[in-house]
Amino acid sequence: MPDGRFPMSEIALTTRRLGRTFGTGDRAVRALEGLELEVRRGEVFGLLGHNGAGKTTTVRLLNGVLKPTTGSATVLGLDPQVDGPALRERSGVLTETPALDERLEARETLALFGRIFGLGARAAADRAAALLRDFGLEDRADEPVAAFSKGMKQRLALARTLVHEPELIFLDEPTEGLDPVAAREVHELVRTMTRQQGRTVVLCTHNLVEAQRLCDRVAVLQRGAMVALGTPAELARRLQRGRRVRFTVAVERAAEALAALRAAVGGDAAIDLHAGEDAGTLHLDGAGPEGVAAAVAALVAAEVPVHAVVPQEPSLEDAYFALVERPAEGTVAP
Amino acid sequence: MSAEGVTRTRRWARVWALAARDLRIVRGSSAVMIPLVVVPLVFLVLLPVGVGLAARFGGQAIGQASNLVALLERTPLPVAAQLAGLEPAAQMLVLVLAYLMAPMFLVLPLMVASVIAADSFAGEKERKTLEALLYTPTRDVELFGAKLLVAMVPAVAVSWAGLALYSLVADLVAYPYLHRVLLPDALWLVLVLWVAPAVAGLGLGITVLVSARVRSFQEAYQIGGVVVLPIIAVVAGQAAGVVYLDAVAALVVGAALFAVDAALFAVGLRSFSRDALASRV
Ligand SMILES: Nc1ncnc2c1ncn2[C@@H]1O[C@H](COP(=O)(O)OP(=O)(O)OP(=O)(O)O)[C@@H](O)[C@H]1O
Ligand SMILES: [Mg+2]
Repeated sequence: MPDGRFPMSEIALTTRRLGRTFGTGDRAVRALEGLELEVRRGEVFGLLGHNGAGKTTTVRLLNGVLKPTTGSATVLGLDPQVDGPALRERSGVLTETPALDERLEARETLALFGRIFGLGARAAADRAAALLRDFGLEDRADEPVAAFSKGMKQRLALARTLVHEPELIFLDEPTEGLDPVAAREVHELVRTMTRQQGRTVVLCTHNLVEAQRLCDRVAVLQRGAMVALGTPAELARRLQRGRRVRFTVAVERAAEALAALRAAVGGDAAIDLHAGEDAGTLHLDGAGPEGVAAAVAALVAAEVPVHAVVPQEPSLEDAYFALVERPAEGTVAP
Repeated sequence: MSAEGVTRTRRWARVWALAARDLRIVRGSSAVMIPLVVVPLVFLVLLPVGVGLAARFGGQAIGQASNLVALLERTPLPVAAQLAGLEPAAQMLVLVLAYLMAPMFLVLPLMVASVIAADSFAGEKERKTLEALLYTPTRDVELFGAKLLVAMVPAVAVSWAGLALYSLVADLVAYPYLHRVLLPDALWLVLVLWVAPAVAGLGLGITVLVSARVRSFQEAYQIGGVVVLPIIAVVAGQAAGVVYLDAVAALVVGAALFAVDAALFAVGLRSFSRDALASRV
């Protein structure tokens, strides 16, 4: 439950036709175009898109670091262009690269940023100590950052993002380059930030599993334009009529099984049946409980050995690839 | 305190906090700290002591050295008057310690300001640490001002403390010959109190502009280093007797340099907007 630390008015930020073009003439790059968004307080909102989609540009625009070439935004009730400093007192950004100074020690890093955010010397030192504890960095607090592992650096950068208790947090690819354990730690921290502390999180990622796990809603960006918006489940369902059930049968009987299933459910236009990637797997999409029962009965009647019948949740990954054309030289992480 | 006063206090607190961070980072770099220690040591101690040793052990030879005689003949009147009636070794001491070294001394604030600015502007860009600062409540001008302070304050402090140290060493060296205190004199006071900050500003301003266009600390430091050339030119001109430096001339030169500094800072600030910085990251 949120502990009520921040006002619970509903909207954290909105954008109106927000856009940014870099350069002019032939070399102009439209990094973002006509973005219309509304992020609610206390939600984890995902900005999903592959390299160059405009995620980082959006974060910069929303914090008054870049100027928009079109449109406007209202973030925590403020215009980032006009009230950037006041806005940045209440928002925190984990940048794509941790941007930590390797010469500084962890404790110093946090204390110095505390001072820059307006804390007094004592308050900054106390805050640094508390964050080091929360983020499990106490043991290494007085070592220069240069000696830290990637995961520790990311935790420190995340701690720095929270130095001034921001109510709105932007995380730009927070688990990029982390091992699965470190990534899971970051996920837990993000959950704590929202569920326990009531903060709003905007999460940029091209990691679809991460988006599905963490985000309440996601906007899919492609080459600067928003191509879809909704909860991960909605997006996935929109592209897949109903549930998918995966049948695994003996490989040498796969063709026979397909024929039997087709005979059983083939008459229903709403149901789609096709062979899976691996020999011996068959996918049945859009069949209700009766359809699945009929399919199983047909296989049994045909005496095909059935190894498994597994219902599958629609995945954001499938939806994403259906929505977004593959990049020419793609680096879309699964 | 008025609301405006509170805001101003907070803004200054922020600038000091930014400056404290930059200073801490600068102190952590041996590429910055080594020249910051070695160069003053050479200028303030080794050079005057070396000149003193030359006077003691090479007095005769110096008297006969044709180029010194020639230089003395070309030396403008007021300096010549100071030298009249002194033995050759003493003449050389006064000429070198009080006169020729004066513009050389300006290398100090110039170097200090340039090397720090190279680290805090170009170096920060190279290390990609600036972006985190862009998301703090600071204004562009505060970020810029903090970086100027971090270069200017040490440069001025080093030159003022350097004047005290240099005067002490030079007087210790020269007293046995002159039986009076040689430094600081009017020329040195004007140079160090007035021209040195202006020269530091010049080194800083140029380094800021260079830093916006290069990728690394080293490049900025090396290209910014060309600012030392005008100083070398003055030293050479003086030695050749074409340039004659006195307190009044130094006052004028200082004022002109401050005007140049202001222009450089204004241009520098323009290229230091968040939008421009983020576009370059
Ligand atoms: N300063 C700039 N000058 C020119 N083009 C830029 C600039 N910044 C971003 N772009 C371009 O704008 C587009 C969007 O970039 P952005 O960094 O917002 O993408 P992203 O979604 O964050 O990508 P990534 O996953 O690689 O971080 C890209 O085509 C990029 O090349
Ligand atoms: Mg990005």
